[in-house]
Amino acid sequence: MSDQLKSLVERPVFVYLTDGRTLVGQLMGYDQATNVILGQTHERIFSPTEPMKSVPIGVYVIRGETIAIIGELDEELDEATDYDNMLVDPLDPIKL
Amino acid sequence: MAITGVLVSVDQFLNIKLDNIKVVDEERYPHMLAVKNCFIRGSVVRYVQLPAQSVDTALLQDAARRERQQPAASGRR
Repeated sequence: MSDQLKSLVERPVFVYLTDGRTLVGQLMGYDQATNVILGQTHERIFSPTEPMKSVPIGVYVIRGETIAIIGELDEELDEATDYDNMLVDPLDPIKL
Repeated sequence: MAITGVLVSVDQFLNIKLDNIKVVDEERYPHMLAVKNCFIRGSVVRYVQLPAQSVDTALLQDAARRERQQPAASGRR
């Protein structure tokens, strides 16, 4: 089943929600419906006019249906990425 | 958004795991620059494009032919 997420447990992940929001946090758990628990969650808010804002929102339980992508965050790369000068629109909401 | 990468696994929901990913329009979507491998939920997948050279069409044609000859073997129950 969704054992595809097993390798990401306890790891920092990037989550792209279907409404276009992006979260990063520690993957604490998941189930076969891709419901997910994130710890030390931050919402990353992108804007074309302001530097990226990282807002701490604590522990998040996310319903699987609202998840588009879960990516393993490469911490080194993340450190090296210049989010302050990343002036872009937020990710698109998913329309199906 | 389109993502390219090495296909690692697919399950019955069309959930897809990709390694070594690249977002196609990185200028517009740099949000995932620090992500190297990812899990894509099947429900949000619009299409999967496979490079022609990685698809064995002869094998597929054979399978389709066999299916046509004996539809009962693998068909509906």
